[in-house]
Amino acid sequence: MAVKVLIPTPLRAFAGKRDSVQFEAKTVGEALKQLTTEYAELRKHLYTDDGKIRSFVNVYVNDEDIRYLAKENTPAKDGDTITIVPSIAGGTAAPTRLGALR
Amino acid sequence: MKILLSEEVRAQIRAHGAETYPQECCGALFGHDKQMSREVTALLPLVNRNEDSPRNRFSVTAEDVLVAERAARERGLEVVGWYHSHPDHPPRPSEYDREYAWPWYSYIIVSVEKGAAKEMSSWQLAEDRSRFSEEKIEVMRVRAGEAQFEGAER
Repeated sequence: MAVKVLIPTPLRAFAGKRDSVQFEAKTVGEALKQLTTEYAELRKHLYTDDGKIRSFVNVYVNDEDIRYLAKENTPAKDGDTITIVPSIAGGTAAPTRLGALR
Repeated sequence: MKILLSEEVRAQIRAHGAETYPQECCGALFGHDKQMSREVTALLPLVNRNEDSPRNRFSVTAEDVLVAERAARERGLEVVGWYHSHPDHPPRPSEYDREYAWPWYSYIIVSVEKGAAKEMSSWQLAEDRSRFSEEKIEVMRVRAGEAQFEGAER
């Protein structure tokens, strides 16, 4: 089953300058694992050191946020589009609560 | 790498920072990415979605990022970075800025002291996420399709 993963502009330099890649995958987690295996430099931007998707990395399957589905276990089927969307944050203060940014 | 801002964009960032003081402002930078520099010709002011601590943090949601990308595309431009203010702090990226930053984007920070916009700086995250590199800001004055530069912001 081929699913398409859309790469956001700031990460394209780490994915061979491609804006999308197709993988055979049954879940979102599988597709992202294949993505970061093929383009290993993407890993540090998408995942924390302990292997969790960073809080400012948002992943959608066909416009639905996987946080509200089954997260990385969300099923992916032939023809699905997985979109990685940044959220942006910063400021003068040190973080005191590292929750999701959305 | 240097970043070229139109006079209008520079003025808009400063005005936005002063307007939202003592809270942080934020917005998207629209322009073109070139090999040795990038140009910022327009911006989209956004609402700071950080409700917990808007005086010292800002957040742009994924939905707002998608809105900004669509607005840039409609103008034949792309989102090349983001700006925010540091109320009563210098325009240098904090550890919090670095932790949440994306590579490739330019991050412009304007310092706002007691409600007045002061210094402005621009930064890009290193590819290994370890630090920010400062980008030289130049202001371009566009006259009849010709860009003129009037020196660095800082």
